[in-house]
Amino acid sequence: MTTFTPWASLFGGALIGLAAVILFAATGRIAGISGIVSRLVPPFTDRAWPVRLAFVAGLVVAPVILAGLFNIQTGAAISSNVPLMAVAGLLVGFGSAYGSGCTSGHGVCGLARLSARSLAATATFMLTAIATVFVVRHVIGG
Amino acid sequence: MPILWSLLAGLIFGYGLVISGMSNPAKVINFLDVAGIPSGRWDPSLALVMAGAVAVAFAGFRAVLGRKKPAFGDTFHLPTRTAIDTPLIAGSALFGIGWGLSGFCPGPALTSILSFAPGALVFVVAMIAGLTLGSRTLSGSGRMAPAHNRAPAE
Repeated sequence: MTTFTPWASLFGGALIGLAAVILFAATGRIAGISGIVSRLVPPFTDRAWPVRLAFVAGLVVAPVILAGLFNIQTGAAISSNVPLMAVAGLLVGFGSAYGSGCTSGHGVCGLARLSARSLAATATFMLTAIATVFVVRHVIGG
Repeated sequence: MPILWSLLAGLIFGYGLVISGMSNPAKVINFLDVAGIPSGRWDPSLALVMAGAVAVAFAGFRAVLGRKKPAFGDTFHLPTRTAIDTPLIAGSALFGIGWGLSGFCPGPALTSILSFAPGALVFVVAMIAGLTLGSRTLSGSGRMAPAHNRAPAE
């Protein structure tokens, strides 16, 4: 059980949007995390990898800085089921590369650009994610 | 300079994920559990994360595109493909299954690395393997231009 956090979630969401705008204004690139991470692995397609690495470094250290400066904890409840997390990681990685985007690229940047492709992608992954949670929680686990 | 701006964007993005609750897989799964609506167990927070992010990005992208080019670069790198094709839908469907199983999408998974939770580390390693495999499968399908001039994915 987690509690509804309307203001924190709206504010956090606005920060995510702001970050995407900053990256776009500075580098002209879309803040799609799956695309950024997949381009950190060879073969390199351009010379922008230091810029991508800097973005990923910011993401990775952000929670530590928040915890250190403001004592804000992620409180993340992460599954310790290693085989499940391996399968899920593979699906998330393969699916977002093959589908050309994830929650950030399609769900935030794509929708903000009114892309029909991103709307189709977002509707698809929301539906399969909802169906998956339903099966895991209420069919298998029920 | 673009590296510093990119680092700043990554930091703010990470703050947003943590503050919004998106970096907590339990919160993500409780949002996706729409069967919890009747009993009041549903956590609608993530709809507001999306709404806040899309609203700011919508206004911001418009403002930025009013300029001729980005601050550090010759051109805006916007996706050029418009077709709603099989890789888009099949890939997104698989992505959603993985997201529903774990509560993790790529950004939140990266913010969890320094927790050193075994589940998070395994997820990130598998995700990078999956990303590599997925990119190669997509390039091999002939739906993308050769690597040197292909459009950036989203």
